[in-house]
Amino acid sequence: MEIFGLPLPVLAGQIVLGLVNGCFYAVLSLGLAVIFGLLRIVNFAHGAFFMMGAFGAWMLQHYVGAGYWAALLVVPLLVGLVGAAFERTLLRRLYGLDPIYGLLLTFGLVLVIEGGFRVAYGTTGYAYSTPETLRGVIDLGFMVMPRYRLWVIVAALTACILTWWVIERTRLGAMLRAATEKPVLTQGFGINVPRLLTLTYGAGIALAAFAGVLAAPILHVNSGMGSNLVIIVFAIVVIGGMGSVLGSIVTALGIGVIEGLTKVFYSEASSTVIFVVMTLVLLLRPRGLFGREGGA
Amino acid sequence: MKPARILIPVAVLALLAVPWFPQLVYPVFVMKLLCMALFACAYNLLLGFGGMMSFGHAAFFGSAAYLTGLATRDWGLTPELGLVVGTATAALLGAVVGALAIRRQGIYLAMITLALAQMIYFIFLQLPFTGAEDGMQQIPRGRLLGLIELGNDRVLYHLVLGVTLAGLWLIHRIVHSPFGHVVVAIREHEPRARSLGYPVARYKLMLFVLSAALSGLAGSMKALVFQLAALTDVHWHLSGDVVLMALLGGMHSVLGPALGATIVVGLQYYLDAFGGWVTLVTGAIFMVCVLVFRRGIAGVVTALRVPPSTQPPPRAPRTPPGRRTLSSSPPEPPVEA
Repeated sequence: MEIFGLPLPVLAGQIVLGLVNGCFYAVLSLGLAVIFGLLRIVNFAHGAFFMMGAFGAWMLQHYVGAGYWAALLVVPLLVGLVGAAFERTLLRRLYGLDPIYGLLLTFGLVLVIEGGFRVAYGTTGYAYSTPETLRGVIDLGFMVMPRYRLWVIVAALTACILTWWVIERTRLGAMLRAATEKPVLTQGFGINVPRLLTLTYGAGIALAAFAGVLAAPILHVNSGMGSNLVIIVFAIVVIGGMGSVLGSIVTALGIGVIEGLTKVFYSEASSTVIFVVMTLVLLLRPRGLFGREGGA
Repeated sequence: MKPARILIPVAVLALLAVPWFPQLVYPVFVMKLLCMALFACAYNLLLGFGGMMSFGHAAFFGSAAYLTGLATRDWGLTPELGLVVGTATAALLGAVVGALAIRRQGIYLAMITLALAQMIYFIFLQLPFTGAEDGMQQIPRGRLLGLIELGNDRVLYHLVLGVTLAGLWLIHRIVHSPFGHVVVAIREHEPRARSLGYPVARYKLMLFVLSAALSGLAGSMKALVFQLAALTDVHWHLSGDVVLMALLGGMHSVLGPALGATIVVGLQYYLDAFGGWVTLVTGAIFMVCVLVFRRGIAGVVTALRVPPSTQPPPRAPRTPPGRRTLSSSPPEPPVEA
């Protein structure tokens, strides 16, 4: 069977690849949006923490001999703690200032983290092996799907839905939303807002690190892997608007698929297509697809 | 007496003397400093005076460098025409990027410029004449106006110094012109400026184009000096560096960013052999600046010179609490020449 002159398996393969990328974008832009919503900080370091997640998985395997599943649990926790410590000691000092300063501080952190990893591990990539149970492929009839890619899509979407559920349906999420809308009043009700901020930042970072561990077997683990990703995620945030959780997930997946399809039909543009979409959205709907009226 | 009245002539004299003492300082390094100083001051036109933080200014610097290379190497134009082509390209690109970016404000503007600059980076990576990872090499310095041979470092040095000083003077004039005052008014209170009848978007775009064009001029000169235009000139690392230069030097002064550029470029020059350490140290300085040194060197010098009693009282915040703007966070010192 052929669609647009291409065999279906090729097309489907690229769409799946696009979905996998879209899943990484979704987890990252979700964390970015949650952090921005509460802390009013654009976390440039999100990509760097993603890289730390991937590196953490590799280091656990290399030095301790711990496997993939242990890494998937431990690494986000550890990296999340690093993030929470950063919020507690440094980021906290910038609250109330223009959000630009938060962007600049986290940009400085990116340089420190990336520079540190480059000093310690150089610029070459390290390979991380796919866990035994997720090797091989599944035959779906119309295409052959590598098991690991399927797992990434399932795991990332689960993480996204879980985050959405926590924010929208739990007591903790209700406190979070209250603190986003009226921080002073929320504190007046006896809720420890500063602790909530630390928790949120830590959780957002843990999400990024989780995506990093998921990406470790697919991408080469190296010190620069996060920065290029974070710029794409910024473009996605501009396209989707940071107003809604579901909006950012849908945008991220859609962009991933568009990128995958561009690779099939006009591969020269595959690295720029996201920015072209962003330009179009800015021209037609400056506040973003899911942005609320009145947002900057 | 303002110290600038003494310091600026002294600095210009020292710079004029540089080519005669190559054993003390390497003239090519000083040329790079001059290019980066012009770049930082041009960038700060937008950040410090317009209150708009672009995170993609390397795109203008680098595109100008590539186009100057294309004009002088492949089209056979003279170097001064090469500079014109590069600057014009940057201005045009600034108009396009600016028109898109000013549709949003604050951090969104930063993210949009960063994303668009990344797109320009990928375009230059793929264009046939740029030599991709190898960079565009062997850009000829040529003969100025077809007469003066620029292959000689000493001759080229004086051209670069002259163009840089002219560029800085132009920036000074822009800031102190009626146009510059309107730009500051828009930064301080956009709705009020709009209600007074100023076409806010047009002013912002004009400032964006001026800043991009002057950044391009700096990039074009850099291409002639090093006879090379490379991907590092359009990379987001450079966009970050120029933000640091403006922040470190003091973004509320005209020449402060030049000071910041001197420190950052000098640091990168001497740490170059240590690989990743350059990035690490740059990042650490960045964080310290943002946390405790937001006024920058020029701001601190001004605060030291003016006794607290004669300093203008801090203005009442005009923005709602919790949403302060770039300008109102530190009590802003008067604009320094």
